[in-house]
Amino acid sequence: MSAPVLDIRGLSAVSDRDQAPILRRVSLTLARGETRGLVGESGAGKTTIGKAILGILPRAVRVTSGEILFQGRDLLAMPGGELRRLIGERIALIPQDPMTALNPGRRIEAQLTDGLRLVRGVSASAARARALKLLEEVRIREPERVLRAYPHELSGGMRQRVLIAAAFALEPTLIVADEPTTALDVTVQKQILRLLRNMQAAHGTAVIFVTHDLGVVAQVCDSVTLLFGGKMVEEGTVAEVMEAPKHDYTRALLDACPRSDQPELGLRPVPPELIARLRREVAAP
Amino acid sequence: MTDDLLVAENLEIVFGAGRGAFGRKRPGVKALRGVSVRVGRGETVGVVGESGSGKTTLGRALLRLVEPASGRIVFDGRDITRLGETQMRPLRRRMQLIFQDPMASLNPRHRILRIVTEPLLFHRVVADAADAERRARAIFDRFSLPVSCLARYPHELSGGQRQRVGIARAALLAPDFVLADEIVSGLDVSTQAQALNLLKELTRDLGLSMAFISHDLSVIRAICDRVYVLRHGVVVEEGRCEAVFAAPKHEYTRALLDAIPSPRLDPGWLQRDTAME
Repeated sequence: MSAPVLDIRGLSAVSDRDQAPILRRVSLTLARGETRGLVGESGAGKTTIGKAILGILPRAVRVTSGEILFQGRDLLAMPGGELRRLIGERIALIPQDPMTALNPGRRIEAQLTDGLRLVRGVSASAARARALKLLEEVRIREPERVLRAYPHELSGGMRQRVLIAAAFALEPTLIVADEPTTALDVTVQKQILRLLRNMQAAHGTAVIFVTHDLGVVAQVCDSVTLLFGGKMVEEGTVAEVMEAPKHDYTRALLDACPRSDQPELGLRPVPPELIARLRREVAAP
Repeated sequence: MTDDLLVAENLEIVFGAGRGAFGRKRPGVKALRGVSVRVGRGETVGVVGESGSGKTTLGRALLRLVEPASGRIVFDGRDITRLGETQMRPLRRRMQLIFQDPMASLNPRHRILRIVTEPLLFHRVVADAADAERRARAIFDRFSLPVSCLARYPHELSGGQRQRVGIARAALLAPDFVLADEIVSGLDVSTQAQALNLLKELTRDLGLSMAFISHDLSVIRAICDRVYVLRHGVVVEEGRCEAVFAAPKHEYTRALLDAIPSPRLDPGWLQRDTAME
């Protein structure tokens, strides 16, 4: 097996305000074409990891130790300019909210071709042709019309397709998808998940999939890391973690999911004693 | 007297109709096209549909917050379709609403105590502020909300706590009917389970009737007795939850069910076409 695309080693971060830990020695690796789910409840640190990879941590968060190796090079030690070029070219983001992620004042064409023209130096007409192809690839029916459209003229599902097309525009090695389908209807969510998975398979892209939905993890990820309070609680392949969870917390979260197939099984909140125990475990050095 | 607390018959709701510039007629957009629903006493009824299906409009119409173009709404045996605001006011206490986004529905500049006691004083359910506070403390205890929350502002609470405050505010008025519109979307699964269990308990203990609006069928399955499936302003399927989930009749219901990602591994799921594709 080749070297991992992404290798996070012992990543720790604290809040600058009160030095409270946000991430506690998180480690994970990601192979080419692999999808890893980062799951946990709010405050678990899953979004923070995504932001650390993209170099967009809020000013109030300070990394205290660890490395984020991308194709063998530490992103945290890279000079700013070089990092920004790399992130534009090789690492892309699919954001959560398709309503706010696109510039409302610019046509889709401009937003899809910026990267191609500015980073790759592709001519305007070649960039336009590539944008059309991308829109076809994400199965947008009238790509010509959508290129001319402004974001508000598109539905939520269409906007999310445009964002996926934009993420794949420069053929990145790694995509960070931050709750990419949380704002969508279930039927649209399924189409978007399938699309993302198929695009990823075709391009060999590795994906960090941040989500709080264990159902989505079970259906689209290869591996998963479960976090609590900034610390890894369990990790492994999806089959290992979802079918035979080792940690009580993983089992408890699965029990809390509503189950349409077996309603009597779901909806059991995580017991407060377990939360208290986890807090102690996480805080222990 | 029937067993139904709230009945809507043939509701039609049109937005934006009327005369536009130069007196031209504008047809408007039909949000509901002849929808009939009923909520029995003590019954929890689910309304499921995707964005644009009209589920939120239906909920608002049941509470007389939007005017129907035609149709009839009957609450506790009384036709309330055309009641004026003064006549509606005594009924408002009996029909409560729990909102989707507690951050938007709890006044950010008021402390929680004021937020939950103001409706009690407004509807003259209690004699004075001290009595209102006593009731608020009692219900916070029951909802496992720390009493210290009463002195805080909404932004100082967690999302789950804020949602429980929203439920407490409605429950304090001892209503007969509660409308819950997407109240658990966006919550963590454990917090969601807590809020749903709380609602279940409340409806059981107080004999409350509830209309529960959601886009998520698995949530509906967990707490509703019956369900209406809404699409483009029309009810496409209705029935008892067990029956609808075991054998959905309409292909749209099947599509909604097929699209729920289950936490159980199902390798073929992602590439399998749903009913409508």
